[in-house]
Amino acid sequence: MTTHETSARPTPSTEVSDGSLLPELVAYLREKGAGLQEQWVDRITDADLLTAMTPEEILSEATAVYDNYVAALETGSVESLQAYARDLSERIIPRGVDTDEVLGIVLLLRDVLARSLFVHYEDNPALLHRILDAYEPAANRIAVTVGVSFVEERERVIREQQEAIRELSTPVLQVRDRLVVLPIIGMLDSQRARQLTEQLLGAIQANRARVVVLDITGVATIDVTVANHLVQTVEAARLMGASAIITGLSSKIAQTLVDLGVDLGQMRTVGDLQGGLEEAERLLAQTHGSAAQPRS
Amino acid sequence: MAVALLRQGDALIAAIQSDLTDSQVLRLRDDLTDQVGLHRLRSIIIDVSALDVIDSFVARALRAMAISARLRGAETLVVGIQPDVAIAMAHFDLNLEPLRTATDLDEALAVLTRLPGERGGDG
Amino acid sequence: MTDDIRILITSDEDMLPARSHARALALELGFTRTDATLIATAISEIARNIVVHVGKGEITMKPVQEEDRNGLVVVAQDAGPGIADLSAALEQGFASRGGLGLGLPGARRLMDEFEIQSERGRGTTITMTKWRLRDELELLRERRARLDGRAGEPGSDGSAS
Repeated sequence: MTTHETSARPTPSTEVSDGSLLPELVAYLREKGAGLQEQWVDRITDADLLTAMTPEEILSEATAVYDNYVAALETGSVESLQAYARDLSERIIPRGVDTDEVLGIVLLLRDVLARSLFVHYEDNPALLHRILDAYEPAANRIAVTVGVSFVEERERVIREQQEAIRELSTPVLQVRDRLVVLPIIGMLDSQRARQLTEQLLGAIQANRARVVVLDITGVATIDVTVANHLVQTVEAARLMGASAIITGLSSKIAQTLVDLGVDLGQMRTVGDLQGGLEEAERLLAQTHGSAAQPRS
Repeated sequence: MAVALLRQGDALIAAIQSDLTDSQVLRLRDDLTDQVGLHRLRSIIIDVSALDVIDSFVARALRAMAISARLRGAETLVVGIQPDVAIAMAHFDLNLEPLRTATDLDEALAVLTRLPGERGGDG
Repeated sequence: MTDDIRILITSDEDMLPARSHARALALELGFTRTDATLIATAISEIARNIVVHVGKGEITMKPVQEEDRNGLVVVAQDAGPGIADLSAALEQGFASRGGLGLGLPGARRLMDEFEIQSERGRGTTITMTKWRLRDELELLRERRARLDGRAGEPGSDGSAS
């Protein structure tokens, strides 16, 4: 790579650049910090990024990011930067800041610093090269770190929102005395199936339900785990004294169950919800029949 | 007393008050079987709502009770299995016939007074 | 951090505290009621195994914590005669003396991880674990606590808490 004369000792260039140049670089960045941050903020607003934030907010975050950035360059450790990035993401995601904006501003900072290095070391190209050798990989690593942290945080938020939606989308309807209906809409994964079971059994207990209709018309497919779960749920409902009727099985799901060797004999299944409700009424009539009240 | 017994006509209600040891479970099984013969009972209702754990041994003992009772002409119903206990029991995948279950006491009595020859309350 | 719980099993009476301690510990560690019951039931099966086949043994319950999940590890140890045919013992429907429940296969179904080491004349050790995922809020709170521990962070607003 570069074998220039500046350093007195003929040591490999990377070692020398990391060893003696980073501190110099870091010191320079700290010294020029205020000015470089302002430049950076200007570039951010010019590029129409972070429009969801006010200039004061941007400047305040800019300072924190800059300090963390320089510290990351200095120590070679991105841990602190990661932690900060996640915290920052947590705060700005609800404000509607997007991934491309976050990456954009980090890259702008990288560019602002790089350009200032060009200017500062313009009389010493050899040294500039080595400074850049030290700076570039570190700066890129930082960009990746911040980007990844932001994305992870976004994913977390999205998962939380999905969770909330899931919970809302499984209402428990007490249709009439002793009969409860649970319509499931959307994806039925293992976790949701577990939630479903608890809701179903809780409903049986709370409503003294004798029949539960579980409508899965809105569910496209299920996997082995969920299928087994459904079987267990039906059994658990039975142990609590309620018959479970599953309605709305698509032919695809029915096939899955057959392929999995699920004992459909134990499960009451009916094509559609309407049919399921009728079957439920029949079941209820059986026990209570003509007797107006149970003898006690 | 770990189990409270109450006879109502030709029905016997056994309310389990607390967690039972295996010996107590076996004693209960034998006592109930004896009671059926002694009083020509037609039904036994076992209330297990106080049990936090029903493992395979207890489940099988309950089933054994139902079989002996049936042989002597009585139906056995278990009421009050808690949701989490029901889920645990579902893992065993045991056949508990002819044991029946009901959500609560009222329901149990309703099931028992239904017309003979009809299946109710299970899958 | 919660301590380990050790229960000596010498009679069927010891099964009662084994079940209740297990359930209580599981709830304390944040497991759902369902999972707590599954754990207690599995312990009941294992404890019975000890009482019936060996007469004496010990059950230990230890909380464990990993990056993204918490767990409860149950270790049941005895110095009994050991199990001659492990695969048979773990088979569904294996009838140990007098229809005494499903024992090992039952416990295995209830837990997430199940390991058994047994040698004739050397006793048996069963290790079984149940996990629960640490939920996002829990992780977030911890992360926040770590951050606050470092340089004073500007107070956050509008974030999940």
